[in-house]
Amino acid sequence: MDDLLREFLTESAEHLDTVDSELVRFEQDPNNETILRNIFRLVHTIKGTCGFLGLPRLEALAHAAETLMGRFRDGMPATSASVTLILATLDRLKAILGDLEASGSEPAGEDVDLISALERMSEGGAAPEPAKPVMPEPEIVLPEPVVRELKPGEVSLEDLEAAFLAAPGPDEADFAAPAPPPPAPAVAAAPAKVEPAKVEPAKVEHAKSEAPAAESEGGPSKVQTIRVNVDTLEHLMTMVSELVLTRNQLLEIARRHEDSAYKVPLQRLSHVTAELQEGVMKTRMQPIGNAWQKLPRVVRDLSAELGKQIELVMQGAETELDRQVLEVIKDPLTHMVRNSADHGLESTAQRVAAGKPARGTIRLSAFHEGGTITIEISDDGKGLDLAAIRRKAVERNLAAAADIDRMTDAQVAKFIFHAGFSTAAAVTSVSGRGVGMDVVKTNIETIGGVIDIATQAGKGTVFTIKIPLTLAIVAALIVRAGEQRFALPQVAVLELVRVGAGAQAVEHINGSPVLRLRERLLPIVSLTGLLGAETAVEATGFVVVAQVGRQRFGILVDEVFHTEEIVVKPMSAKLRHIPLFAGNTILGDGAVVLIVDPNGVANQVAAGVQSAAGQAEAEAAEAEATEATTTLLVFKGGHGGFKAVPLSLVTRLEEIDSEKVEHLGGRPLIQYRGRLMPLVPADDGIVIRSEGKQALVVFSDGERAMGLVVDEIVDIVEERLDIEIAADRSDLIGSAVLRGRATDIINIAHFLPMAYDDWARGPRKARKAAATLLLVDDSAFFRDMLSPVLKAAGFQVVTAVGADEALALLQADQRIGVVVTDLEMPGRSGFDLVAAMRASGGALAGMPVIGLSGAIGADALARARSLAITDLVAKFDRSGLVAALGEIEASAEDALAEAA
Amino acid sequence: MKAANANGAETGPTEDFVTVHVDGVLFGLAIERVHDVFVPSGVTPVPLAPPEIVGLLNLRGRVVTALCLRRRLGMAPAAGGRDEAAGPNDRGMAIGLEQGGETFALIVDGVGEVLKLGGDTRENAPINLDARWRDLTVCVHRLESRLLVILDVDALLNFGARGAEAA
Repeated sequence: MDDLLREFLTESAEHLDTVDSELVRFEQDPNNETILRNIFRLVHTIKGTCGFLGLPRLEALAHAAETLMGRFRDGMPATSASVTLILATLDRLKAILGDLEASGSEPAGEDVDLISALERMSEGGAAPEPAKPVMPEPEIVLPEPVVRELKPGEVSLEDLEAAFLAAPGPDEADFAAPAPPPPAPAVAAAPAKVEPAKVEPAKVEHAKSEAPAAESEGGPSKVQTIRVNVDTLEHLMTMVSELVLTRNQLLEIARRHEDSAYKVPLQRLSHVTAELQEGVMKTRMQPIGNAWQKLPRVVRDLSAELGKQIELVMQGAETELDRQVLEVIKDPLTHMVRNSADHGLESTAQRVAAGKPARGTIRLSAFHEGGTITIEISDDGKGLDLAAIRRKAVERNLAAAADIDRMTDAQVAKFIFHAGFSTAAAVTSVSGRGVGMDVVKTNIETIGGVIDIATQAGKGTVFTIKIPLTLAIVAALIVRAGEQRFALPQVAVLELVRVGAGAQAVEHINGSPVLRLRERLLPIVSLTGLLGAETAVEATGFVVVAQVGRQRFGILVDEVFHTEEIVVKPMSAKLRHIPLFAGNTILGDGAVVLIVDPNGVANQVAAGVQSAAGQAEAEAAEAEATEATTTLLVFKGGHGGFKAVPLSLVTRLEEIDSEKVEHLGGRPLIQYRGRLMPLVPADDGIVIRSEGKQALVVFSDGERAMGLVVDEIVDIVEERLDIEIAADRSDLIGSAVLRGRATDIINIAHFLPMAYDDWARGPRKARKAAATLLLVDDSAFFRDMLSPVLKAAGFQVVTAVGADEALALLQADQRIGVVVTDLEMPGRSGFDLVAAMRASGGALAGMPVIGLSGAIGADALARARSLAITDLVAKFDRSGLVAALGEIEASAEDALAEAA
Repeated sequence: MKAANANGAETGPTEDFVTVHVDGVLFGLAIERVHDVFVPSGVTPVPLAPPEIVGLLNLRGRVVTALCLRRRLGMAPAAGGRDEAAGPNDRGMAIGLEQGGETFALIVDGVGEVLKLGGDTRENAPINLDARWRDLTVCVHRLESRLLVILDVDALLNFGARGAEAA
């Protein structure tokens, strides 16, 4: 009985889903008898089976719904209200089925409400029907009531009954597997006997409408189908995979033995295996329509809930894809359709006002394209509000405002995939909570898919999802990097380019390799480099041009062998944390190779962590992504030591011909952009080269520029900084560990006076006082960098990350006597902070404030003066800051002395 | 060894152990956990993997994760220039172990005979044993001429990426 019940549950759930979507179709096309007949048949089947299994509640409900549908068939118009009622009944049926599945027995409860409503509805129609009041009877034996109430009706139904009874299903509970036989073939065939003349076209239609209901069988409806446990299929798949591997191994051996007598049988084995593989793959294939089945109902409900007229158009429902893939995309698709209905489409009034048809359209289409399947979800709504997204992205600190202005619309649109991102002004019950699109993206990416958005204001939005057909077997490019071979999934590969000796050369920008590819620069990563080995400077070999999402990059490998169909085997649990590998496989020669995950590589390219020497760094980089990081330019000073300077201070990187260096008054200079620029070595160990190229880091402040002479520019790194302050050297702020290397962070303030004498500030007044100072800066780097400096100058330092926190601290902590604030901060700027302080009165109104600014312009000066900011200091001018603080204290003491 | 066998036969309930050795130290593994003994070949190193993992190898169509007992126990690299990282392929034997549906190959210097041992030679792991070893050791058996360290297979295979890093 258990097996039988399970079969019933699965089948009924499928039937109910079909009825759901069919009903919605019927509502739109009430004259289509085929649909109605199909619905009627499905509900009837459920009712019949319920009766047989002794499920009175389900049966009574199904019966009442069937009766109402019978009225439709008799010509009663299918009103929206009646369809809604039937849909509600179906929901109840599903709920009961759900309980049944969980508990194994029908839950207690009454359905009088629905049943009486259904009855009222069907009575409200035309002529009274003879056989309604049967429903509360608990033990209905299938043949009796069915025959009794339906016989007066239709001929075709009678046939249906006959077919239903004749089928070997429910009664022989013992051979449970095919238990309630799919009634489709019987239905299609039976009428043919009785009414041969009339039925011919109907039969064809039957077959058609049956197709989506054939769920896991996937085959044409005329073929006998059986339900097979998914595990069985999975096992079969694994075995076939093994067979493919073995065949590949044999082929490899045969290749080496030319005269082999095995050749012919091997050829046959090869063919048979290929066919077998294809066959097994097919059993796993299901039409994507299965994932769409619930959507018409979803859209109908939404349409009612939101008061919008929505039409759902589905194309390519028959497109087949792997069961596993289907499972993963099912929910994302539903979610996206809901989103389109709620966010994408405007209200009817708005649509009419915009001159669009009142009824909005959501279009779902699927088609094959190469080895992938493309699914598009488009709506003809208002399009994404890119301005709102830009605003929101800045608010949520996803990117700097300046960066966002530079981004293309497509890039901006992608922000909706960030967790918790929602621009909906009001949260509706349907969506707007910012939950979901990130999950959608994650789900799709886990199966190697990509999602893209194209949006046009006023015209609508198109989401394009590309996913692989199957996950188990993929075509892969076998490449060599260093000593090892790797497999690169072909889906991500666009083309191969030979580079190095005699071919196109890889060029470097500041150590980052790039390749000119058809007038565009392609960032390159070396596979060996990614995997932690040292890379040779001269790049030779092949660049595999790959694309992940919109990101295009090149993977440098040493050699490319061939493509091979590989069976993806999961990574060992111990190795799954390595983001660069998607799995492993056994090649034809029996060797195990690792499958490189293009997504993982893409992430590494973006993070620019190629020089990371191992997983520790990779993980660290991941962990730090959430923390505030500072971008630093790393270069080599004299004696090969690594030095770094915050990139934000750097104006440009230059490489000049050494001959251009001139000497005036014993000081090196070059002509740079029509001016003379002094050159200062980054440390004593550096000698300006007399020939060849000389690397320079250019700093500028207003009109002035200085070239810092360095030995070699190494890298740009983005890391969270823990600076250890160097006590006795003015040319260094301190040292930090960058990429596992001890690196000196240089103090630009030390070098600027070496270039221009008047860059130096007045003499530093060292004063001892325990005044408390509030340091406000949004950048963790500057807070970390300045706090020790200020402490060394004799202050108690309190820090705040923004104006709001600063104000709160100022109110709370009476000891604060001086404020040092960054003037350029996101959100409320330093000026806003000072303005608020001045406005609040009391001690804050007169408190000395030092403003830190990257560039001190005239307008900033004027503004600072109007707010009575005591002094403006350039951000990197450590001694200037200390001097300014000294002056404040001196004047405070003077004032004190005067008062005394 | 014969004596040990004889001892075991006399003292009631006995256990069978596959003995392996690394650097002259004798280790025992419960025989019911040992699925295979084979010569590892064609090991594919896995870049960025925890240090214990030598690589992946193909054992009759299955991909098996090979881990080095020497590194797992934190022992010094093999003498005579046979550094594991350089050539995992020309070395020793492998023991096939299974855990959680996954197969692992434990790389050792060599495999000895199977010993049947009773409770009379059994001792708890000495408390002065290195912590790393103590976690992996079930007990020690006093054999006639040397000691046999019985390893806990589950503990042996229980190392995550994080744990490996910390160690």
